[in-house]
Amino acid sequence: MSYVEARPLGARARRRRILRRRFLRRPAAVASLLIVVGAILAAVFAKWVAPYPPEETDFEALLASPSREHLLGTDDLGRDTLSRIIWGARASIQAGFLATVLAMVVAVPIGLIGGYYRGWLDTVIARVTDVLLAFPFLILAVGLAAILGPSLLNATLALGIAAIPPLIRIARGETLALREEDYVRAAVANGANDAVIIGRHILPNMTSTLLVQATLTIPAAIIGEAVLSFLGLGVQPPTPSWGVMLNAAQPYLNDAPSLAVYPGLAIVIVALAFNLLGDGLRDVLDPKTER
Amino acid sequence: MTETLLEVQDLSVRFDTDDGAVHAVDRMSLTLEPRQVLGIVGESGCGKSVTALSILGLLPKTATVTGSVSFDGTELLGASRSHLRKVRGRQISFVFQEPMTSLNPVFRIGRQIDEVVREHMDVSKRGARARTLELLDLVHIPDPSRRVDEYPHQLSGGMRQRVMIAMALACDPKILIADEPTTALDVTIQAGILDLLREVRERLGTAIVLITHNLGVVADLADRVVVMYAGRKAEEAPVHELFAHPQHPYTIGLLGAVPRAGAARNGRLQEIPGRVPSLAEPPGHCAFADRCPRADEQSWSEVPELREVRHDHAVACFHPGER
Repeated sequence: MSYVEARPLGARARRRRILRRRFLRRPAAVASLLIVVGAILAAVFAKWVAPYPPEETDFEALLASPSREHLLGTDDLGRDTLSRIIWGARASIQAGFLATVLAMVVAVPIGLIGGYYRGWLDTVIARVTDVLLAFPFLILAVGLAAILGPSLLNATLALGIAAIPPLIRIARGETLALREEDYVRAAVANGANDAVIIGRHILPNMTSTLLVQATLTIPAAIIGEAVLSFLGLGVQPPTPSWGVMLNAAQPYLNDAPSLAVYPGLAIVIVALAFNLLGDGLRDVLDPKTER
Repeated sequence: MTETLLEVQDLSVRFDTDDGAVHAVDRMSLTLEPRQVLGIVGESGCGKSVTALSILGLLPKTATVTGSVSFDGTELLGASRSHLRKVRGRQISFVFQEPMTSLNPVFRIGRQIDEVVREHMDVSKRGARARTLELLDLVHIPDPSRRVDEYPHQLSGGMRQRVMIAMALACDPKILIADEPTTALDVTIQAGILDLLREVRERLGTAIVLITHNLGVVADLADRVVVMYAGRKAEEAPVHELFAHPQHPYTIGLLGAVPRAGAARNGRLQEIPGRVPSLAEPPGHCAFADRCPRADEQSWSEVPELREVRHDHAVACFHPGER
């Protein structure tokens, strides 16, 4: 009897077990998690994982087809495509995570304060957010990146800032809903101060929403980084990035389409994996989809 | 005359809504003595919860509160937020109606009680945990050392209400305000919670304001009863006096609507005809007039003031009497 043996486990361990079981029942989510973890590991350990340094040229094999030496072929300068994709994952993952962290760090406190204290400040926050939300994410990011100047750091900043408005709206909306919860009223009646209510009662109860939102913001930022680098607003050649590679592949689309196909596939697979992982997490963490 | 712990005088609460003002409470006065259990009874929307919330300044900003609430000699109406925060939970604490949703779902119950303890008392982490276990034991939660590490969803409604009471008692408050503490629970669990409240009063000497629409609960626990109707006090008396000699036709109506075992002579429970009036504008006549069998011209032209008709028994009616 599984629950008989589960009994001595602590409450937290038991809940974790249930969540894990629910997660494992979703093959798409599990596969996505593996891809995401794989991409992160490849990016972090690119030096050891990639067969060649990203800028090493092999003049014996220019625009080569896949072979045993170059599993995904080489580009016009004889650089190994697989190695460049692995090194390029660094820019993507870095931009994806840092932009999301930046957006969260800025947006969540603003949303909490606006939603909790209401008043004119909240009105200002909400209206400004609405105005910014009128601009599509990528347009905003491209505009900001153009202002900040081309570099990976600036591209990340631009993506992070562009991701702030929707996160403010989510954090504020959750706060508005949570502040009406009975346990918040009870905490107020028991003399809790605002910091305790916001920090202990409201923020922890929106973490699963924020986590799911993060898994949607990360792939958006990854694609955003590729777009910015493609446009020349992000990572600068010769540093590898999926967007840079796509850009460099343009003149050879007829002769060597694989130059564009592989980095494109990398973007699609990693972005899709983050999205599916987000879906999976939402289903698992949402108590309404029990079992 | 014993000392007074809490004195509410001429408390009026008005809500300014988009559809005009709503007079939720009109010139309400209450006194609470130490160790006393005061029952406030009335239908939904009669202003009993609003009265209780206004004592601790827990109403939303749309409410305009006038009158006086004096606790232990200090005025609470218009007191600063920080002063109110010191009173809330420490001196006067609240137990709400909804035990199922009144606990934060993401933290273990032990931690939630610890936090209330540490918020108000200067104790170490370990000291707080010891106090928490003591409190859980006090409210008769079996096996407290295991339960402290459980999450709210692992507890039943009755257990959660016990946890809420434990939290409310964390700092030995002088007054416990229980707003429909048993309404969301089934009958056997209700009895357990009422026994617990009685025990709290006996053992800790906590005065209790018990808000309910259930006269049975009041009869069980309260020393003194205030009957509210349409934001006003309709009748007030010690519990035995009220049940033995109800004066206000509304109280009589309420008593007629209480199911009693063995009272099946005419089979049907008596209901009070009509509906609770809207509180938009004080009517300028007895608010109960349109539902009252005794209403006459005077009821329709004047507002009855509270007056003492028997010893320690006040009623706001032109035609009091048992019948």
